[in-house]
Amino acid sequence: MTTQLHGAYSIPVEAIDVSDPQLYQDDTWYPYFERLRRDAPVHWCRESRYGPYWSVCKYKDIMQVEVNHQTYSSELGGIQIENPPDEFVVSNFIRVDPPKHDEQRKVVSPIVAPANLAEMEATIRERTIRVLEGLPRNETFDWVERVSIELTTMMLATLFDFPWEERRKLTYWSDVAIANVNAPDAPVHSHAERFEELRKMAERMGELYDERAKQPPKFDLLSMLAHGPATQNMPLREFMGNLALLIVGGNDTTRNSMTGGLWTLSQHPHEYQKLRDNPALITSLVPEIIRYVTPVIHMRRTATQDTELGGQQVRAGDKVVMWYVSGNRDPDAIEDPDNFIIDRPRPRQHLSFGFGIHRCVGNRLAELQLRVLWEELLPRHPVIEVLAPPRRTYSNFIHGMRSMPVRIPLH
Amino acid sequence: MPKVTYIEYNGTEHPVEVPVGLSVMRGAVNNNVPGIDADCGGECACATCHVYVDPAWLDKTGNPVPGSQEASMLSFAAEAEFNSRLSCQIAIARGARRIDRPHAAGSALRQREPR
Repeated sequence: MTTQLHGAYSIPVEAIDVSDPQLYQDDTWYPYFERLRRDAPVHWCRESRYGPYWSVCKYKDIMQVEVNHQTYSSELGGIQIENPPDEFVVSNFIRVDPPKHDEQRKVVSPIVAPANLAEMEATIRERTIRVLEGLPRNETFDWVERVSIELTTMMLATLFDFPWEERRKLTYWSDVAIANVNAPDAPVHSHAERFEELRKMAERMGELYDERAKQPPKFDLLSMLAHGPATQNMPLREFMGNLALLIVGGNDTTRNSMTGGLWTLSQHPHEYQKLRDNPALITSLVPEIIRYVTPVIHMRRTATQDTELGGQQVRAGDKVVMWYVSGNRDPDAIEDPDNFIIDRPRPRQHLSFGFGIHRCVGNRLAELQLRVLWEELLPRHPVIEVLAPPRRTYSNFIHGMRSMPVRIPLH
Repeated sequence: MPKVTYIEYNGTEHPVEVPVGLSVMRGAVNNNVPGIDADCGGECACATCHVYVDPAWLDKTGNPVPGSQEASMLSFAAEAEFNSRLSCQIAIARGARRIDRPHAAGSALRQREPR
């Protein structure tokens, strides 16, 4: 909060603390990272509510951390700046190192293999059309609720082959998994409460898992987990953790890109018009949205040994935070990064999916869903009025958008 | 200049001259060969430049070094095969010049993902 009171440029650089979730809820983080990239690109914050940590703010330094997973562990301290109390830690493949990471990831990755995505496209398109054609005209509605959540929840239900009528439970569990328990509007208000809700999730999913284990293997995530040598008979906490990972990774980030994309286009009417005039630009629009929105704010690593990063001495055990929001706005890596340009050259060069062995396993599916959304949206609803900025999530981890009022005018 | 033939997933061939010292990935990107996205720009960190090397050229390109970052990234790539490589990790060498002969051109590379 200190940073906000004093402004990004008027306080000593050592005093900057970009971990404050308020910065992301209020969308006021930009100047702090601009300052850090200029004055202290690998920055030591000595005191924060999460303890001391390094901020890695430049694209190339983030890349260095990403590809050196032996030096920067996901397992030692997890992938978020906040350490939950030990008794509530759950494990999954994004927060372990090789070899366990490799074994577990390989169990689920075939679901997003190119051939399977090609098969899913027709289903995704048919549902997208149905949702878009059902939208009201000349009436204010919540884009997040009616479009972003609806589409991504249906996708998730398909990936898990989860009972259709219960599918909103998936949305709820996703929100629980990423909630900052200190936020007044969070669905859970303590780590214990979160743990309990995720345990209930594991119970319901466990019933389905047991059914699938008895049936021949099929192509849904629960069946794959039940039959995968590296994932069958996982301890409860690992089961909980992997479910939460697949649920959050499988919908929340795409949900926020669906909302963030419309919001950003509405703020750049010239780009929006360019898109209407030339829908072929959807190919580059999609990665540009993903860069500009940056659905995951940070990922954290823990140094396994003393090392050097961007001229700074990092010590074994130090918390190292890669701020994707900052790397995606680094002018040394991306030209004119603060501008949203739907036909920029090399739009796919961004950090939003991470790099290295933990790179987002579902990145192609996310792009497919966004592409289909815009392909079907443009001819049906070329004009959508965004009536207010999105209400954002209190979180320094997930760049969430909870609601956004819009109206589709009568022609 | 050495010549590399890129073969798209749909079979379309793109014969391209690639200067010595450049990577096979860079040769594709510089010539707008579709399907090689190279999201990480050649850091061996995304596997979006995954190709199959024509087995006849495997002894020239070699296989990824076991335990390397490339081997690690490839182990997560969809449908990796014995001749899979990340094209950002294959450099065009001076000796490769002799492949620049009519009808014997280049390593045939098949791209990974359908567009």
